[in-house]
Amino acid sequence: MNDSNYLKVKAKYVRIETLKIHKEAPETRVASSLSAIELFVSLYYGKILHFNSQNPRDDARDRFIISKGHGSISMYPLLADLGFFNKTELGNVCKNGSFLGGIPDPVIPGYETVNGSLGHGLGVGCGIALALKSRAKEQNVVVLTGDGELNEGSNWEAIMFAPQHKLDNLTLIVDYNKVSMLDFSKNIIDMNSLNEKFKAFNWDVYEIIDGHDLDEVYTVLHKVVHHRINKPKVVIANTIKGKGVPFLETHSLSHILSVKPEDIDTLIKELEDAE
Amino acid sequence: MQSKAMRDVFLASLHEEMAHDESIFFVAADFGSPILDKIRADYPARFINVGIAEQNLINVATGLALEGFKVFAYAIAPFITMRCYEQIRVNIAILSQIRDMNINIIGVGAGVSYAMSGPTHHCLEDLSIMRTLPNIEVFSPSDYVTAQSYVKRALKIKKPKYIRFDAQPLVALRDEVEDFDVGFSVLKEGERVAILSTGYMTHKAVSIAKELDIKLIDIYLINSYDKEKLQEALQECEVIFTLEEAFKNSGGLDAEINFHFKDKKVVNLGFEKKYTFEIGSREFVHQENGLSEDEILKEIKKH
Repeated sequence: MNDSNYLKVKAKYVRIETLKIHKEAPETRVASSLSAIELFVSLYYGKILHFNSQNPRDDARDRFIISKGHGSISMYPLLADLGFFNKTELGNVCKNGSFLGGIPDPVIPGYETVNGSLGHGLGVGCGIALALKSRAKEQNVVVLTGDGELNEGSNWEAIMFAPQHKLDNLTLIVDYNKVSMLDFSKNIIDMNSLNEKFKAFNWDVYEIIDGHDLDEVYTVLHKVVHHRINKPKVVIANTIKGKGVPFLETHSLSHILSVKPEDIDTLIKELEDAE
Repeated sequence: MQSKAMRDVFLASLHEEMAHDESIFFVAADFGSPILDKIRADYPARFINVGIAEQNLINVATGLALEGFKVFAYAIAPFITMRCYEQIRVNIAILSQIRDMNINIIGVGAGVSYAMSGPTHHCLEDLSIMRTLPNIEVFSPSDYVTAQSYVKRALKIKKPKYIRFDAQPLVALRDEVEDFDVGFSVLKEGERVAILSTGYMTHKAVSIAKELDIKLIDIYLINSYDKEKLQEALQECEVIFTLEEAFKNSGGLDAEINFHFKDKKVVNLGFEKKYTFEIGSREFVHQENGLSEDEILKEIKKH
């Protein structure tokens, strides 16, 4: 389903709610959570993924593994809006006794795996994809990683494994926001050209030029996730870390920066007023 | 008496189970055995060699287990525990507290089974590091009879397990395991002194205690043995010796027993906390670490 206005409205809602969560819980990784919003919105509101919010572990669901867990606080408002849990929970992020932490775990309805340590999701996703194929099940496996996360060697063990076993039910989305924790990724380990790297490993490679253009994001993801061509697929989504918060968008330390509460109020007002 | 490798009898039984249980999946990190060749040949759709990649071995095994397969992940003991320890912690220990996973990590080469291969292949840390993780049963058999009995349990219990096999063929120390859940076997009665051992060292304990009044207890479920029954079994004993192919005072069997038997005199016997580069037989490596039969006996007689 691609109702581009509907997706825009939802992306705006998710961005505003993510900022509100960050205002209440400044320890959340807001910049990393903002870069993936259009990816999440397209997958869920665009119904690219099959999910069941009333029975999150429904066997008929597509399996979505968010390996860059701490960069997915923006999933909270989305999951709540879709009925995975009550929206009132959004006010409890990082509060005593809440199941919504700074880094999501599968105690949250809608999450599949334990996150927070990087470089695990793709290998686990390979195992799930293998299991689904071996039982001739049709569901898709989608894994989201960051680009800094690809420094972890365990990813490359999985990147070698997936094409060997023709896991064409597996799609890796790289949230290519180009900023790691302490610097721009290219100054730490330059992953360019990611495209060529995945091609060399025999993956089917796609690119999203603007990971915040919902039309493009939806179109590419919709095509790729459901496409089966005997190979695993990777979508390299060029995104901006901290998208929507101007000072974060260009900052090499955006990952660890928090936004001041009064700035959040201004940003939210601007977002609400914008067309 | 016939010697058999634990892995051979275990894998042979598993091979039989695979014939009628299609939910069994076997993943290996480029490590085999003749009996594993039969599994590969007969069930190619449920056997995968992930290559020399233990991190991915655990991650792929996790994915398969989350989808309901009963998974066996297989490699050399030091590598399948230590190369991928964080994968085990995150995707098995932590995740299994939230989601059901029947995942069985099989490490072959407990202790100094691979004596000649030196410190990388000696495995003297696994008992303590696996024991410290919540949610994982640690199984450390001393003979093939116990190893074989574990196949049914591994298939039945929907939770993670670490299975620590010796690499060398060893004789059986019992005809059968009567009550597996107890987690230990009394192999010989004795009055004042008891040796509590696991794995290969139980064979050594049997040899040492042959002519002596020493109670012998072989512990195979390191974390999950029946604590009360072990208390009962040791009630009359005044001195307990723990004996393991593991670094001493590092969290292995000794720590488990020290914690639960604070009212007894417990003496810990194990490897010195250093690596052994001197090449030689298993017995030679034991000697280098003060674990020859004579030295153990000398230590026992002191008490």
